[in-house]
Amino acid sequence: MSSITRRIFLALALSTAALAQAQLSIEITGAGANRIPVAIADFPGDSVAARIITGTVRSDLERSGLFKLIDHGNTAVDENTAVNLADWKAKGADAFVGGSVSRSLDGRLEARFRLYDAQKAVSLGGAAYVTSNEQLRAAGHRIADYIYEKLTGEKGVFSTRIAYVVKARGQFLLQIADADGQGAATALTSTEPIISPAWSPDGSKLAYVSFEKKKPVIYVHSLASGQRHIVANFKGSNSAPAWSPDGRKLAVVLSKDGNSQIYAVNADGSGVQRITQSAGIDTEPRYSADGGTIFFTSDRGGSPQIYQVGANGGDARRVSFEGSYNVSPRPSPDGKSIAYITRREGRFQLAIMDLASRQVQVLTDSQKDESPSFAPNSRMILIATEVGGRGILSAVSSDGRIKQRLTVSAGDVREPAWGPFFK
Amino acid sequence: MKKLLVPALLSALIVGCSTTPLPDDANGAPVESRAGGNSGVAPVVAGGVDANGLPRELTDPKSVLSKRSIYFELDSYEVKGEYKDLVAAHAKYLSANRGFKVLVQGNTDERGSREYNLSLGQKRADAVKRSLTLLGVKDDQIESVSLGEEKPKNPGHDDAAWAENRRADILYRAADGRGEF
Repeated sequence: MSSITRRIFLALALSTAALAQAQLSIEITGAGANRIPVAIADFPGDSVAARIITGTVRSDLERSGLFKLIDHGNTAVDENTAVNLADWKAKGADAFVGGSVSRSLDGRLEARFRLYDAQKAVSLGGAAYVTSNEQLRAAGHRIADYIYEKLTGEKGVFSTRIAYVVKARGQFLLQIADADGQGAATALTSTEPIISPAWSPDGSKLAYVSFEKKKPVIYVHSLASGQRHIVANFKGSNSAPAWSPDGRKLAVVLSKDGNSQIYAVNADGSGVQRITQSAGIDTEPRYSADGGTIFFTSDRGGSPQIYQVGANGGDARRVSFEGSYNVSPRPSPDGKSIAYITRREGRFQLAIMDLASRQVQVLTDSQKDESPSFAPNSRMILIATEVGGRGILSAVSSDGRIKQRLTVSAGDVREPAWGPFFK
Repeated sequence: MKKLLVPALLSALIVGCSTTPLPDDANGAPVESRAGGNSGVAPVVAGGVDANGLPRELTDPKSVLSKRSIYFELDSYEVKGEYKDLVAAHAKYLSANRGFKVLVQGNTDERGSREYNLSLGQKRADAVKRSLTLLGVKDDQIESVSLGEEKPKNPGHDDAAWAENRRADILYRAADGRGEF
C-alpha cells in the first residue's frame, strides 16, 4: 500500500470563532494502488472564483485516493480551447480538464468545463453549473463528481454531506459539513449528549437520540427549518433510530416492554410495531438497501453478534460467527456487504463482510473504532476512532487501501453519519 | 449564519437536471438547491431541566437517602448485597411518599458500541427498579432508563474509572414536579 503523508489543510476562515474551532481538517494516510493521473488546468475568467473552483476539484480528486494530480502548468485553458492532448499524454496525464468561470448579467456565476481522455484524444463531455460566490466550492464538488463518475464508472460523493457530534467545552454540537469537512454548521447545541444521528433518505432531516430530558429520546430534526419533533419518548430508553429506504418509517429500540427490543414507527411517531421478540438485548437496527430485512445486534446467543430479520419481524438469522463481540452492523447501499465493529484481542476494529461469500476482512488496526457509516456509493466507510486519546473521524475505503483522517482542532468528534447522494 | 434567499429562489426556478452536456444548455443548472443559509442548516439550542426543590432528607449528606449510586461488577447486572440497605431506604421513602417519583439511570464504561452500551445500562437500571418494586414501590413511581457510556462520572480510561462508571443513579422528583429530572 502506498502512503501519502501530505497534510492538506482546507480550513477556510469562517464567520465565527465557535465554528472555526470545530472545523474539520483532513489528512490522507493511504491511497489506492493505481491512481488515475489527471491534469486540471487553471480556468480563465473571474480569477478568485476560478481558483476556488479548480482548487476544490483538485483537492476532491486527490483526497479520494483514486487520482494523481499532474502538474497543470501556468496556462489557463477554457472549455472551448483546442487542446493538444498529445502534450498532456506525454506529461503523463490520462485525463485533462479545461473550463471557465463567467459572470452573467444578473450577477450569477457560471462554471463550465470539459473533460478529455488524453490517451484516446477525445472529449468525454462537459457541463455548465450556475453558482454564486457563496457556492463556489459546491460547484467544484459537482465538477469533481462529474469527473469521478466519467473516469471510474461510479457516482462520486464529493457533493454529499456528513453529520457528526463534537464534544467541546462541556457542550455537544450536532454538526453538518460537506464530505470534505468544510462548511461545518451546527444543527443542534446541547449540554447533554447527542448520539446516533441518521440521515433521512432525502437528506433533509436527521433522526438522533438526545439526552436533554435526562433519558434517551428520539427526535427527527428538519435541517433547513430547525424544526424538530419527538418520534419516540416511551417509558424507559428510546434509541438507535434507522430510516427505512423509502423514508416513511424508522426502526428504533425501545425498552418500554422490558429489555431493549426493535420496533418500527412511522416517521411522525405513530403506528408502533414490534419487530423482535427476544429475552436478551436487540439493538442497532439497520434496514437492508432493499428495505426487506433489518440487520441488528443481539446478545441472544450469549455474546453480542449480528443478526438479520424480516423488516416486519419473524425468525432471526445469525450473520456473524467469528469472535465474541460483533456489533454496529451497517449494510452497504449496494447491498453487497455489511460493515461492523469487531473486537479482536481487546481492540475494537472496523470489519467488512461480503454477504455472498461471508468472507470477513478487518480494515483497520485501531484500538477503538465505532459507528461505521457507508458513503452512498459504498466505496468509503466513515468511522469514529481515537488517536492520542482524542476522538477523530476516519474514512476507510471498503478494500482497506485508502485512509483519511478528519480531526477538529478543539474537542472530540464522534458519531459520524454519511448523508445520501445530493439530489 | 447569514441567510441567503438566492439558492432557494434558484431552486424554485430551475429544477433538477444537474449535469447538462455542453454546448446544448448554455444556461446550465444550479449547483445548490438547499434552502436557508449557505449551509442550509438552521441552528437550534436544546432546553434543560432544573434540579432543585427537593426535601432536605433526600439531599442532606448525612441522610442515607442522599446516597443515590449503585455500582456494578464488569459485565454484571446484579445489585450487590452491600447496596441492600441503600435500596431498602429508598423503597421505604417511596412507599411512604407515593407522590414522589424516581428516575433510575443505568450507566456503563466506555468500551464498545455506544448503542449496545445503552442497552447494557438499561439492564442495570432495570435491576435496580426490580429491587425497588420487590420492596413495595409502585411501578408507576419508577422509570428505568439508560445513559449508556454517555455520562461518565469519571472521565478516565483505566480500570478505576471504568469501575466508577458501571453504575446506576437514582434521581428524585417531588409531587409538585420539582426535582432532578
